[in-house]
Amino acid sequence: MESAMPIIMVVVKVLLVIVAILTFVAYLTLIERKVLGWIQVRIGPNRVGPWGLLQPLADGAKLLLKEEITVAGANKAVYILAPLIVVVCAIVPFAVIPFAKGLGLETLLGPTVSQYDLNTGVIADLNVGILFIFGISSLGVYGVILGGWASNSKYSLLGSIRAAAQMISYELGLSLSVIGVLLLAGTLNLVQIVENQDSIWKWYVFRQPLGFLLFLIAGSAEIARTPFDLMECENELVAGYQTEYSSMKFGLFYLGEYAHLLFLSALTTTLFFGGWQGPFLPPIIWFLAKMFFFVFVFVWIRGTYPRLRYDRVMAFGWKTLVPVGLFNVMATAFIYAIYLQYWGA
Amino acid sequence: MEAVLFYALAAVTLISGVFVVFLRRPIHNVLFMILTMIGLACLFILLHAEFLAMVQIIVYAGAIMVLFLFVIMLLNLDEFVMPPEHRRVRYGIGIVLAMMLVVFLIPTSRSIISSPTAQVVATDSATLTNTEIIARELFTTYLLPFEIASILLLAAIVGTVIIGKRSTK
Amino acid sequence: MLDSYLPVLVILLVSIFIGSAIIVLSTILGKRFPTAIKLMPYECGMDPIGGARRRFSVKFFIIGMLFIVFDIELIFLFPWAKIYDKLMFFGFVEMLLFVVILLAGLIYVWKKGALQWE
Repeated sequence: MESAMPIIMVVVKVLLVIVAILTFVAYLTLIERKVLGWIQVRIGPNRVGPWGLLQPLADGAKLLLKEEITVAGANKAVYILAPLIVVVCAIVPFAVIPFAKGLGLETLLGPTVSQYDLNTGVIADLNVGILFIFGISSLGVYGVILGGWASNSKYSLLGSIRAAAQMISYELGLSLSVIGVLLLAGTLNLVQIVENQDSIWKWYVFRQPLGFLLFLIAGSAEIARTPFDLMECENELVAGYQTEYSSMKFGLFYLGEYAHLLFLSALTTTLFFGGWQGPFLPPIIWFLAKMFFFVFVFVWIRGTYPRLRYDRVMAFGWKTLVPVGLFNVMATAFIYAIYLQYWGA
Repeated sequence: MEAVLFYALAAVTLISGVFVVFLRRPIHNVLFMILTMIGLACLFILLHAEFLAMVQIIVYAGAIMVLFLFVIMLLNLDEFVMPPEHRRVRYGIGIVLAMMLVVFLIPTSRSIISSPTAQVVATDSATLTNTEIIARELFTTYLLPFEIASILLLAAIVGTVIIGKRSTK
Repeated sequence: MLDSYLPVLVILLVSIFIGSAIIVLSTILGKRFPTAIKLMPYECGMDPIGGARRRFSVKFFIIGMLFIVFDIELIFLFPWAKIYDKLMFFGFVEMLLFVVILLAGLIYVWKKGALQWE
């Protein structure tokens, strides 16, 4: 029975992280509306609670109580499966994001905490963490394709095909943009990547400025943030693959979308801005502060740029992002090899 | 614990493999094929082959199956029902191929286990991570096959464009 | 090493549970008054014309195939990046060769107009 204790602890840790993620995601909707309101000189939600603080709860309750419509001619099993895939693939990658240094549990619970990464500030300290992220996010495409296909609607199908083509195209740019960082860090493990950035000058954003820029662009296209939200552009496709979804199934697509936004901010922080590293304040505070700064940046981008045309988006992904990304990787490799040769440790 | 996980995952992989073959609607076949791929990836993890597991998910479950899904949607195969006489022929071919696979696989797997690379991996896996071992072998011992792989991929690109262009005309 | 994957399994199961719980809950809580017109797929307020699942452009199919090829190429870059500090110039030259051959492929696709979205 002594082996059951760490497993219970793992479950508790996972539950705490998931509750935190879901809370942040709920409030992300409020943050986005407030910031957009501020950018557009409006007030934003302010009726439900002070500063609209209870708005996410009201939205959630409303979505849960709404009538659920399963469109005629839908493939029922796939229709229900699709939002589930989206949500699972949006939450699981958080497992490898290091959110704090160590949890200091060994004084409380003894040496058993070394098992199952219980004491590290990450759910799963995988050696191939970054590949895990790309693997799960490549599975997330299915939620979108299947959702649109099962809906038996022309708008949904068009939206989902567009979305899928865009997501797979920008997946290339996204993985190319992080290879520079992996090359300098010499590891695929996110915990080690954060530990390598132990002072502000070692943040990879300074050594990989082009990589960071590519990451930001490819990332926002991958999660379909506004300049690239072609899959649900309302004046062409109504609501894209979500057109025929209602009630909380629609809510789950939204949850997935905002979880992606949160995840992209967390990944930007981890790869380029030193993760939880920072002076004076506790690591978790630094991590959250940096993460929410990037959330703000993504909302800011949404409030500023108009939507692109679909052919432009696809051409940009293949004709600009991939060649420039390859160039960035090879240039980084060349300079790093010279550095290692003449000044290297 | 590991044995239990292995049998559970192997069962999931095999049962979804059976569903791939026997379900009628192509879309369900694809879904179960994805599940089979993920099950295989989990089995790789149990063998401590982390890198291979992630490649299995990214390339097979994430890229190749997307193409399968595209083809089904592109050709609207979902309403397509195979005539029963075709089905019988295909079952026959399938059984023959499966038996051939078994005949070839057993001697090959023996020789792989006793190969020098397998020995290297076995001795180094205590100190190095799985990715490092693969990287070292790939970029030193198997350098030529790696470069030839790029030619192979180039051929695939050319083939894609030729087939695609012909069908648009 | 396997110890690190147990939490992954746990978060996977928990998120599947939460997702399905939300779906079940909304099915129970929401009232349903289905009518034939309400369940009709949306098509700008008109009755849908023809089936929704129709053939679409071969472009998407080409993109899917090219994606597989380039995805496999990029997979090779990950282990290379991992041990690059040991390979150094040797690694640079071998990857340059690999990348140049694939870049030739990309240029070929480009010139043939397969990336053109008419």
